Amino acid sequence: MVKLGYFPGCSLSSTAKEYDISTRIVCEDLGIELVEIPHWVCCGATSAHITSDIAANALPAKTLIWAEKNNIPITSPCSACFSRLAIAHHTMATDEEMRKDVGEVVGEEYHGGAKVLHLARVFYETYGLEALKAKVKKPLKGLKVASYYGCLMTRPPEVCDFDRIENPMFMDKTVQALGAETVKWGYKTECCGAAFSLTKKEAVLKLTGDILSDAKECGADVIVVACPLCHANLDSRQREIERKSGKKIGLPIIYISQMIGLALGYNALDMAFKKHFVDPVKVLKEKGIL
Amino acid sequence: MARIGVFVCHCGTNIAGVVDVKRVAEYALTLPGVKYAIDYKYMCSDPGQNAIIEAVKEHKLDRIVVTACSPRMHEGTFRKAAERSGINQYMSEMANVREHDSWVHSDDKEAATLKAMKLMEMSVAKVRRSEALSKMYATVEKRALVIGGGIAGIQAALDIAEAGHKVVIVEKDPSIGGRMAQLDKTFPTLDCSACILTPKMVAASQHPNIELRVYSEVVEVNGYVGNFDIKIKKKASSVDNKKCISCGVCTLKCPSKRAQSEFDEKIAPRKAIYTPFPQAVPNKPVIDREACTFFLTGKCRICEKVCPTQAIDFNQQDEVVTEKFGAVVLATGFDIFDSNVYGEYGYGEYKDVVTSLQFERLINSSGPTEGHVVRLSDKKEPKNLVWIQCVGSRDESKGRPYCSRVCCMYTAKQAMLMKEHYPEVNCYVFYIDIRAAGKNYEEFVQKAQNEYGVIYLRGRVSKIYEKKDKLIVRGADTLSGSQVEIVADMVVLANGLEPRKDAKSLAQLFHVSYDQYGFFTELHPKLGPVETAIAGVFVAGACQACKDIPDTVAQAGAAASKVLGLFSKEKMEVEPLIAKVDPLVCSGCETCYNVCPYSAIEMEDREVSRGNLKHVAKVLDSVCKGCGACVGACYSKAVDLKGFSERQVYDQIETVTQ
Amino acid sequence: MKQYLEEKNFKQGFRKDVERLSKQKISNCYQCGKCSAGCPMAFKMDYPPTMTMRLIQLGLHDEVMGSNTAWYCVSCETCTTRCPREIDIAKVMDTLKIMAQAGKYEVSDTEIPIFDWIFLKSLQYTGKVYELGLIMTYNIISLNPFKDVFPLGLQMFLKGKIALFPHFINDPVAMWEHLEMFSKIHKKQKEKIRETNG
Repeated sequence: MVKLGYFPGCSLSSTAKEYDISTRIVCEDLGIELVEIPHWVCCGATSAHITSDIAANALPAKTLIWAEKNNIPITSPCSACFSRLAIAHHTMATDEEMRKDVGEVVGEEYHGGAKVLHLARVFYETYGLEALKAKVKKPLKGLKVASYYGCLMTRPPEVCDFDRIENPMFMDKTVQALGAETVKWGYKTECCGAAFSLTKKEAVLKLTGDILSDAKECGADVIVVACPLCHANLDSRQREIERKSGKKIGLPIIYISQMIGLALGYNALDMAFKKHFVDPVKVLKEKGIL
Repeated sequence: MARIGVFVCHCGTNIAGVVDVKRVAEYALTLPGVKYAIDYKYMCSDPGQNAIIEAVKEHKLDRIVVTACSPRMHEGTFRKAAERSGINQYMSEMANVREHDSWVHSDDKEAATLKAMKLMEMSVAKVRRSEALSKMYATVEKRALVIGGGIAGIQAALDIAEAGHKVVIVEKDPSIGGRMAQLDKTFPTLDCSACILTPKMVAASQHPNIELRVYSEVVEVNGYVGNFDIKIKKKASSVDNKKCISCGVCTLKCPSKRAQSEFDEKIAPRKAIYTPFPQAVPNKPVIDREACTFFLTGKCRICEKVCPTQAIDFNQQDEVVTEKFGAVVLATGFDIFDSNVYGEYGYGEYKDVVTSLQFERLINSSGPTEGHVVRLSDKKEPKNLVWIQCVGSRDESKGRPYCSRVCCMYTAKQAMLMKEHYPEVNCYVFYIDIRAAGKNYEEFVQKAQNEYGVIYLRGRVSKIYEKKDKLIVRGADTLSGSQVEIVADMVVLANGLEPRKDAKSLAQLFHVSYDQYGFFTELHPKLGPVETAIAGVFVAGACQACKDIPDTVAQAGAAASKVLGLFSKEKMEVEPLIAKVDPLVCSGCETCYNVCPYSAIEMEDREVSRGNLKHVAKVLDSVCKGCGACVGACYSKAVDLKGFSERQVYDQIETVTQ
Repeated sequence: MKQYLEEKNFKQGFRKDVERLSKQKISNCYQCGKCSAGCPMAFKMDYPPTMTMRLIQLGLHDEVMGSNTAWYCVSCETCTTRCPREIDIAKVMDTLKIMAQAGKYEVSDTEIPIFDWIFLKSLQYTGKVYELGLIMTYNIISLNPFKDVFPLGLQMFLKGKIALFPHFINDPVAMWEHLEMFSKIHKKQKEKIRETNG
């Protein structure tokens, strides 16, 4: 039985509700106990770290202190939240001045004892692929998946404690364990534009468009992601990109938790596929998975 | 009662600018035994030395202290001056008030002066108990060992052999030739590497004074300059070289396809019984036991069956021999930086991303493709080629901040050769700076760009990824301020150089120091470029620092001349600063015998008084290095060090702690 | 040549300020261009990251702070990950934005500072980001009130992807602590910038 502090992040209560729903269902089924961190506050995201480095470290500090006190590793399904938590942990572990400043602001000092995990790596490492394989009821046979890691799940390497930064494989291997095939493609870790979705929309459309068309060209049926921002850009902006380029893409974007959920035998309703802009149901039915 | 003279040097303003030298000299006169003290602008100059000589004579001095620079600079000078003045040279001492004082304490003149006075006083305390010693001599074994059979080792060996001395070359591979044998053409003249190397390989193998020990390694080192005892292990080649006639049938018939050719940088298979390349010297095959079917399964023995002279010997064992050498040249060369470290370039994952040495083999007419440059993935000829410079050079994040010196040049050469062989291809080179400082080098790089049309782009490549059968290279050209994307068929990584993986362990055998990368450290970066801190051990080639062929050959010649200088003496002067045992005090406990790192102590049964045999330690004068380990270890204070006696050291400590 | 530099243009104090606040050694940069080569947003930037680093080295603060470069940095950390000189370039970009927003220099972007202001306000008063409020306020302030409302916003609403009401921290003590922390953060950050700006 694995017990983890759960930091869902703001998006998971609105735009990425289906990620939250599927994560909770899948974790319960697998026997991963998620304890939502009491009174958690937003990690501050990009807005904090480009406005005030104190805020960028102080906002995650409370969560980190909770984890340290209760001696429970914390996990976030959102790459941005994960990154902010991990970077704040790393900064305070290495920069004594910042640790003290944050201690004054928060009213409590952080001593560097928390462990921050990305949800995707919880499935891969903490839970383990062998255990996961044993749970698969409905192998995702014949489904070609492009695993999209985005920027912040693996970067920077010293913060993420990860060595295969340029060609990560853990999501590929997880998806393979569920019975699906993965495609080789070049945009695994390219940026989708993330937080610029509202402010620099044109740039986001280009970046996201490049990612989608490379995945399509490399023969993917779906893209698997583990971040609500990646999902928002790739999924909800897809129609706009199609309209602009005049080319049909039609690539469903599926969360890693939903992918596992499918293999565990849950249906489209359980996984809240209705909330997606590009409907995955059709492709999944074609492949005989749903 | 000792009569001591103290001579305080100004060293121009080096010392006198900080230390009040007059005060030091005046203070000296107050010390017991000091009969004379002066200060002078340059004690090391002729007038300075003459002042010492005259003072000794005039004031009947029997020992002197010179307060000046480091003994490493001028101990010899003042010892000679002492001897010319008629006293034993070991009755002189130096106090280092330059490196140890004025240079490092220039911000506090008063404290520096007080420190100078103390340092001088310590030397006076020491010299008071000095004893006259006489020089010792050791024989020189006029036989050199060269480790590494590349161009550096071959050149050094030839130069020593030509001067009439015996040389042994130890090479760990089955053939000499080293890296240069793998190369196609050489910059900046584009002459064929093998064409200029193979005559030297043959000359080395046929020279009556040179003995080749291939497939061999040095495993243990004892002794010292002039008298090294070195253990060399010859790995079992499973072939009796006396019987082998180099017909090559064994290699031809060998069915094993497991191994990849090291010589061809693992882009082609090789047999289990093989010679690394056709011009190998000596041209005798070896069996790679890890790839040989017989050694793996117990069945096969085809080579044994086809050999016309029964030269195959599966039972051969490794052999270790111990031999004496007077001098050693380390010439172990380089490896190229491990490209796998750059995940963003995808080496190992994308077959058409190759190392620079792999490209050398591809374009080499004696290489596995007979000089046809093809993609390793589909054997098609590439149309667009990209070179990426500084892979493992000038990169702190990969632990290689240094410039490898040769990559700019070989990149230009490779791109030029490609254009020469296939005029229609496009060659792109990503570089940060071009370093072409050798003779005719800059002109060569210009030629690549202006006459051959190689396109140079100033920027590092950020990422390579594969799309269908193409490699997408994402780089930048900082001169135009643009991002660059090149759809390439092949990418060549211009790997930097690093020492051989086992260089550090070899250095440890010889007690030679090395830097954080494993390059052997020369004695002095400017004035001792081929010597090491270990007398009699010299360095040549890329094992000391990244070097091209001309520099390597020059350094090999220099190392050879140092060896010859050593061999020109019949006997070698050695310092008499060694341990001695007082047999009357020695209890025979053997502690010193056990701690001595040089095996310079022997136990003997000695007649200490008539008819009274005693088990005592004895120092072998020619082996002792004067390290003092035995002195520290002796329980009964029976061992002492000449020139550094316990009483001298204690007196110094007492002086400084008063 | 666009620029003509004289000695008086070189404001080394600016380089030192950036180095101190970012804790990065900018003088280490040798302009190899690896950051620019891999930057996904370089196509939008006035100066690519390489050149920005050069401008900081020379102390040309008007060029650096007047350009859009930092504001187009999307914090993907690609440059930081691959920099051969171990400079956290993304952190330097953050620092430039922090310095601009602290008041001494020009803020050369309109969209992101507004977005951040609303984002952080939302976070300050609720503890979490209220996405609908954020999007609507941003659209109103940026004088484009109907941006993305049709069809995207409407569909999002219909798919239940947008929560109508903000989530608050539902514990008064925790909420009070949170508000207090925010005011302390503001004070501390101001102190830090003031120290650097002398």
